[in-house]
Amino acid sequence: MSIVVNSIPLESIRTRLRNFLLEIGELSIFAGRFFKEVFKRPFEYNEFLRQCYNMGNKSFVLVGLTGFIIGLVLTLQTRPTLSEFGAVSWMPAMVGIAIVREIGPMITALVCAGRIGSGIGAELGSMRVTEQIDAMEVSGTNPFKYLVVTRILAVTLTLPILVIFGDAIAIYGSYIIENIKGNVSFQLYFNQLFDAIEFGDIVPATIKTFFFGFAIGLVGCFKGYYCKKGTAGVGRAANSAVVFTSILLFILDFIAVFVADIFYEL
Amino acid sequence: MKADTNIGSQSSALEALEVVVQIDDLYKSFDHNHVLNGFNMKLYKGESLVVMGKSGSGKSVMIKCMVGLMRPDAGEITIMGKKLLNLSQANLDDLRSDIGFLFQGSALYDSMTVRENLEFPLRRHSKKFATDIDEEKLVIEALENVGLAHTVDLMPAELSGGMQRRVALARTLILKPKIILYDEPTSGLDPITAKEIIILMQKIQEKYGTSSLIITHDVDCARVVSDRMILLIDGINYKVGTFKELEASDDPKIQAFFKH
Repeated sequence: MSIVVNSIPLESIRTRLRNFLLEIGELSIFAGRFFKEVFKRPFEYNEFLRQCYNMGNKSFVLVGLTGFIIGLVLTLQTRPTLSEFGAVSWMPAMVGIAIVREIGPMITALVCAGRIGSGIGAELGSMRVTEQIDAMEVSGTNPFKYLVVTRILAVTLTLPILVIFGDAIAIYGSYIIENIKGNVSFQLYFNQLFDAIEFGDIVPATIKTFFFGFAIGLVGCFKGYYCKKGTAGVGRAANSAVVFTSILLFILDFIAVFVADIFYEL
Repeated sequence: MKADTNIGSQSSALEALEVVVQIDDLYKSFDHNHVLNGFNMKLYKGESLVVMGKSGSGKSVMIKCMVGLMRPDAGEITIMGKKLLNLSQANLDDLRSDIGFLFQGSALYDSMTVRENLEFPLRRHSKKFATDIDEEKLVIEALENVGLAHTVDLMPAELSGGMQRRVALARTLILKPKIILYDEPTSGLDPITAKEIIILMQKIQEKYGTSSLIITHDVDCARVVSDRMILLIDGINYKVGTFKELEASDDPKIQAFFKH
């Protein structure tokens, strides 16, 4: 009896693992199709630019606000500890490196996964269940190229810009706290910050944001494009796009840091 | 169960006409659900053929196979002499410009205006027209056909269900197709709007001489628009004939469709 009872969760785990691996496989095929279609004519410039505007321009306020608050909070939380060790003068360097290397790219990517990834999942999911994607195909337009390729490219190229913008706002937020609490001038704060940041901090952090953008676009499009089961499926597509992308972002971040670390040691 | 391979009582008159769509032994399954089990059909030039069946009987699957949205497990689909399953993607897209498809839920692109919806098929198929085309003229002409020229700058969400269906019909007309496929054209509409759509379908048939395949379970729609009907039961063409012939049948499976 105990074997039967114990075998139920084991079977469930096996099924879940199988489904997860199947989904990874399907996602890889989907990514392969993207690389196959991206270089084929015709290029959908207008739709690409429209998506860049929708995803990039309309995310500036959210990314800016998030970055600003992160800058404020990080400085407020760190200041007492640094003060205890008499190291408050290291604040600009510490905040700068933390934001440029890790916090800025990761927080911006997570915010965009919520805003852009779920938006893509819901939009394409809704188009799938209302047969708009089929209508597009019947009208002779390749819906994968028109909808998927343009969106993935748009997120991949706009996320690095959003990250740079978010980093700048976060650093400015940190400066405001330093200015209020420590009476540090704008010039002194930014001199110390730029003295501490190296080329090796900026380049890997920027490169990984392209991968983050690609992951957000890819998963959002994948979940939406293959959305099933009516309107409930649309909600599920949007939701799972955010969950799956968030996990993928952490995995990608670990890989990026690991690879960058190897280069630092060389 | 055996399929009815006849083409109906008007066989001698129909055989003189050109076959624009021919389906032979079409099979399609989803896991263990066998939806189409050897479906056969011929659509003749200029006729209105209604395929009637219960919900889930495979009508929409069949019509989606006809435009390459689904690939059948077995069988042959020939449209205007071209074997659909052997066509390259480019040739399939070219063939699609001769086939209008009215989707069950209209399927208007909700992020685009009515004008952009109608212009969308022209992006790929503008070369179909011999001379340089005036897109604006084509859009307005298509909308005038359905009596909605004034909605050209509205968004689909601003239109009623019936208006959306008529705009969708205008979108199928913009490429001047030779065949129009209607997937449940009256479903989800009130009886008055449904009647308007039916009248519109007849007017279009008369004006452009298109061949029409209408998928429906609406008996009133079938009565008005059909030249010929096929009853799709258990994945096969169970019975073929005119509306009157089928209505007069004493077969209980056929009678089930006509009893209200």
